[in-house]
Amino acid sequence: MTPQEHPLLEMRDISKTFGSVVALSGVSLTAYGGEVHALMGENGAGKSTLMKILSGAYTPDAGGDIRINGTAIQTGSPKISQANGIAVIYQELTLAPNLTVAENVFLGNERTRRGIVDRAAMREETTPILKRLGVKFSASTQVASLSLGERQLVEIARGMSRGARIIVMDEPTTSLSSSETEKLFDVIAGLKAEGIAIIYISHRMEEIYRLSDRCSVLRDGHYVGTLEHDDLNAERLVSMMVGRDMSTFYTKEHKPHTGERDIVLSVKGMTDSRLVKDCSFDVHQGEVLGIAGLVGSGRTELARLIYGADPAVSGKVFLNGKDVTPTSPRDALAEGIAYLTEDRKELGLFLDMSISDNINISVMENDSGLGGTRRFGKEEARARQSFENLEIKSPSSKITVGSLSGGNQQKVLLARLLEAKPKVIILDEPTRGVDVGAKSEIYRLIDGLAQQGIAIMMISSELPEIIGVSDRVLVMREGVIAGEISPQDGKAIEQEDIMRLSTGPSASPSGDHPRQTVTA
Amino acid sequence: MTNIADAQNKNNSLKIQGVIRALGMLPVLILLAIGFQLLTGKFLSVNNLSIVMQQASINIVLAAGMTFVILTGGIDLSVGSVLAASAMGALIVSLVPGIGWMAIPAGLALGLMFGLVNGALIALLALPPFIITLGSLTAVRGVARLMGEDTTVFNGQLPFAVIGNGSFLGIPILALIALTVIVACWFILRRTVLGTWIYAIGGNHEAARLTGIKVSFVLLFVYGASGFLAGVGGIMSAARLYAANGLQLGQAYELDAIAAVILGGTSFVGGVGSIWGTLVGALIIAVLTNGLILTGVSDIWQFIIKGLVIIAAVSLDRYRLKSGNRT
Repeated sequence: MTPQEHPLLEMRDISKTFGSVVALSGVSLTAYGGEVHALMGENGAGKSTLMKILSGAYTPDAGGDIRINGTAIQTGSPKISQANGIAVIYQELTLAPNLTVAENVFLGNERTRRGIVDRAAMREETTPILKRLGVKFSASTQVASLSLGERQLVEIARGMSRGARIIVMDEPTTSLSSSETEKLFDVIAGLKAEGIAIIYISHRMEEIYRLSDRCSVLRDGHYVGTLEHDDLNAERLVSMMVGRDMSTFYTKEHKPHTGERDIVLSVKGMTDSRLVKDCSFDVHQGEVLGIAGLVGSGRTELARLIYGADPAVSGKVFLNGKDVTPTSPRDALAEGIAYLTEDRKELGLFLDMSISDNINISVMENDSGLGGTRRFGKEEARARQSFENLEIKSPSSKITVGSLSGGNQQKVLLARLLEAKPKVIILDEPTRGVDVGAKSEIYRLIDGLAQQGIAIMMISSELPEIIGVSDRVLVMREGVIAGEISPQDGKAIEQEDIMRLSTGPSASPSGDHPRQTVTA
Repeated sequence: MTNIADAQNKNNSLKIQGVIRALGMLPVLILLAIGFQLLTGKFLSVNNLSIVMQQASINIVLAAGMTFVILTGGIDLSVGSVLAASAMGALIVSLVPGIGWMAIPAGLALGLMFGLVNGALIALLALPPFIITLGSLTAVRGVARLMGEDTTVFNGQLPFAVIGNGSFLGIPILALIALTVIVACWFILRRTVLGTWIYAIGGNHEAARLTGIKVSFVLLFVYGASGFLAGVGGIMSAARLYAANGLQLGQAYELDAIAAVILGGTSFVGGVGSIWGTLVGALIIAVLTNGLILTGVSDIWQFIIKGLVIIAAVSLDRYRLKSGNRT
């Protein structure tokens, strides 16, 4: 379907200030029916604020307006936005898992007959919507039994049941596996064909290239510009987002030592009771070993086994040839193995504690005084040093870490790891939920650590990142190492090689997995 | 840089919130005191305030231990029973000729032991604190009754009676003990690595483990401390009464201790709170009890009013903090 003549949605000259802070300043955005309009920008650029104004959660400052099909609508009311066909699918889903799909679709909007909830009617109305979306589950399925990706589709169905014509998706693929992502993309194509306008927020360039008809960029609350699909390219987008040239997005200046004697970490036959089977590999001094694979392929599980966070059934970890197989994270840290979790809010940070405490927490016992009293001077010095080394941006080390941006939170966690003076660092999705500018800084940091001779394992779901940063890539599939890819003769690793290994023929139950070695 | 300005704003508002949180219920305490003074005309007399402090002291000591436990996201329901068993132990030892001076160490050791058993079960077997301490609430109560063969143990020549009835520079010794405990707890929580670990475990248990904190050790410590302080409470109440009864002593004390901690603004899921808040919370409960007696309200109504005031005060507090967050 070709986009229509007149825009379906026009947001004109939208500004929003919170106290003295300007979140948005004169931003305009138009979207046509049947268009996927990507919205990009670093964290804090104003994307979420703009979308909250669209959804009616925030009232914009006087002066701007929102028009649907040319008619201005009242702003600042979620009800009115909904009635005008605006639906927002947030990152944190708002479903009740104990209810059925149909009940969730009509949550807060239940069909009743003589005051009694009419479940049959809700099911009947939900079924055709699910058919339009082409999903496998039915209206009477309990949401608890659905995968994350399927739940997102339920959210979309909810929007459609209310006659949505404009659907906003805020980083919808962050926690989806690649097959679920594919499914979502099919649904998006279907919605497009129906003439629905989709505003798609994402940090992933791949998705933007693939999906979007146009892409608008915000920076520091200002509108920077809009690119047509054919003009999209990474460097241009990144420089629009960060406002400077980013020709060196990935940094790879370190040289790994690849001799037999330079092996720092050696993992042998690592196996757990659920997924991970017989994983063996080496990491050399100053090497970045990428660990690729689909979500659920056992990458994080393997990392946690090496770190002693979960009990292994069998398998050993050697550090410089010495058996150090840890039985707890405390063990692993003492030996010099550090792990950066993929879920920094749930498993990493102490959000109510200060930045300084978060950096110092794992080492403060080492330089404490008599009776375990803390030495605040030393801690402050450490924190200040970390601020400098990792370019953490914050007015003070005393404020709670929860008030920092994603990128700076990640740097605080990294700072904590580095305080333990590790020989091996396992990074699990180190740039998840981090904006583009901070991503590049984190890549530079990783490169710097490798230059210091630290052996690094980096788990990532973003293939360009894996290729851009690693010296060698292991691909996991269904709990085993499906293969290893290293660049040869100056030819870079290709994304296709990784995809082929990670999706490959399904593993045989006998546990017989010949390991492929691919050279690009 | 809008980012820096933003963070600075946040920093300032966090500081203000911190002050509000630290002050917490202090205004409520002051209002209650003024209110009872107006109603009775004798509440704020030196004599009565000394009585209030004395009445509050045991609960302050129990609530201090409870603060440690709740900060890690746990709960200790057994403190009332442990207090009874410790008091029984101290009295029984005080009656043995020749080793009467061992009474205090015996009472404290008994409390510490029960606390460590709680801690060991919770930390090493990873069992829920509510269930473990609910079990020990009942079991230790039984032990306390067993120790005195279900009778009241009495010692008219109690060697440590001065603790319960003496005073130093006009301040009851019971109150001095309570304040010493509060200061010691403050020191541990705010000035030691262990205290930081306590907050860390309550704030994010799994992150604490992944970051190399000795979680089992910390849990053993907090339940051990709670048991030990219940032992201190046992000595205090034995010293006051010259007697202990395994069945009646310390009944429902755990509820007053928990109420004091929660009134003090400590989060029930752990990670956030302060010992000064607990002190204020315990004083509010003591002021309410004392004030209501002075005004001549019947025993039955005292219960009802106390309960309602606790609910109202905490909801007011949460409401205020929430609206503070929004800006």
